[in-house]
Amino acid sequence: HLATSLPLPSERDHLRPRIDLIAFMIDIKSKYSLRNVEASLAYVDASFFLGKVCFLVTGVGRMKYCSIEMSAIWKLREAYSSPVLFCELELEGIRVATAQRLLRMLEICAGLLPGVSALYFGSLMSSSANY
Amino acid sequence: MDEVVAEYIRRTVLKIPRDEIRTMLQQWGFLSEAQLQTINFCQIKENISQHVVQLCEENAARIKQAAVLDIIYNHIYSNKRLWSVYQMNKTGEETDFFDLTDFKKKFKRRLRSALTNVTINFREYEDNAIWIRIAWGTPYTKPNQYKTSYVVYHSQTPYVFISVSVLKSNLPLLCQALVAASNSHDIREMELRSHSLNSLKDIVFKRYSQNFQSYYPKPLQETNVAPESDLRIIQENKNEKERIKIINSEVFGDGPQPKLEFAQYKLETMFKSDPQMNVLDRKEPFRCLVKFSSPHLLESLKSLAPAGIADAPVSPLLTCIPHKARNYFKIKDKKYVSSISFVSP
Repeated sequence: HLATSLPLPSERDHLRPRIDLIAFMIDIKSKYSLRNVEASLAYVDASFFLGKVCFLVTGVGRMKYCSIEMSAIWKLREAYSSPVLFCELELEGIRVATAQRLLRMLEICAGLLPGVSALYFGSLMSSSANY
Repeated sequence: MDEVVAEYIRRTVLKIPRDEIRTMLQQWGFLSEAQLQTINFCQIKENISQHVVQLCEENAARIKQAAVLDIIYNHIYSNKRLWSVYQMNKTGEETDFFDLTDFKKKFKRRLRSALTNVTINFREYEDNAIWIRIAWGTPYTKPNQYKTSYVVYHSQTPYVFISVSVLKSNLPLLCQALVAASNSHDIREMELRSHSLNSLKDIVFKRYSQNFQSYYPKPLQETNVAPESDLRIIQENKNEKERIKIINSEVFGDGPQPKLEFAQYKLETMFKSDPQMNVLDRKEPFRCLVKFSSPHLLESLKSLAPAGIADAPVSPLLTCIPHKARNYFKIKDKKYVSSISFVSP
């Protein structure tokens, strides 16, 4: 499901399945997208932050156009204990690889991988990111 | 043949992209088909232009013919120049017909009476457009063929498109000559400028697709429109996106927008701040210039709301550009009301 911001429109509540993973997309070229994500985070139930939220930073291929400081991204990661993925949507290879990673995460968050819970995976991601 | 003419023709030919040279020379019609056949258009442009100059020498070209070639070049590559739009007020009697010879005579006479050293050339095109090329000199020097202004006049309309040249001081003179030649009594600048002459024409002749007010609710969209994307992707904010799309097409119309590169807003408004900040409490207008630039300004404004960068409807200050036929604005405070609003002079 694609949405431009949270909260989701209530008229579609009855049509929506269970949400297993929320990926917040931040376009590194747009400060507006960061603000939008920060505002939407307020509407997420606390239980999602146990491994069911991730941040996807796009547009990292062009350093010239960065509008968002890395420190802001790291702050988000710290504050919400959620992993950050970087990708460049305009390159097919990276796009496909990122999609596969997200799909894998989704499988775990939906409980489809026996023995691995979303929380366990989330803590794996955060400890590896500190290296 | 005059050296000046030879050099001018050579430089004009050099400006033309190699693939276009043959067609443009044919359009010019000064060199015969037989002569054109002798030119090898596959060699480098330097050599082509030298050959052309030789042939023009044989035909004894004068500045008048060279000027026509220049007009042809500028007609095709009009987007290399910046055009301003002017509007003339006719004297009131409806002249049923437009006498071209009379116009040319009056124009030349008026211009030459003020400045003898000018080269003036005319060329008519099918869409009732009259192109005028003027090369400016000074009272003491001959006309400089590289310092030219171009005027495009559609005789059935009060509009004139002038390509501003480096010699802005000659502009009043040019305007006077146009007024005299067209039997108008006034000419005013419309504050509308662009590199795309056709887009300027589209705007003033109202040839672009305009929005129409609809006072009845739009019929419900068919939900079974051919799906453009994967059915597994569900857009949560589809209603909002639809709303934005409808408002946007109401404001901008559905067709292609005229091509403008700039919009400039000169603010002459008071700075409004927290009284405790104590900034500029001298009650003077805060001078500020806001300039929007883009390769295609109106299309980019049209895509702002769908891209989520601006709220729909987009500010009327931006969307009024084609309707008001201007892209240079002065914004003043509305008196007695504390909000900033748009007042055109």
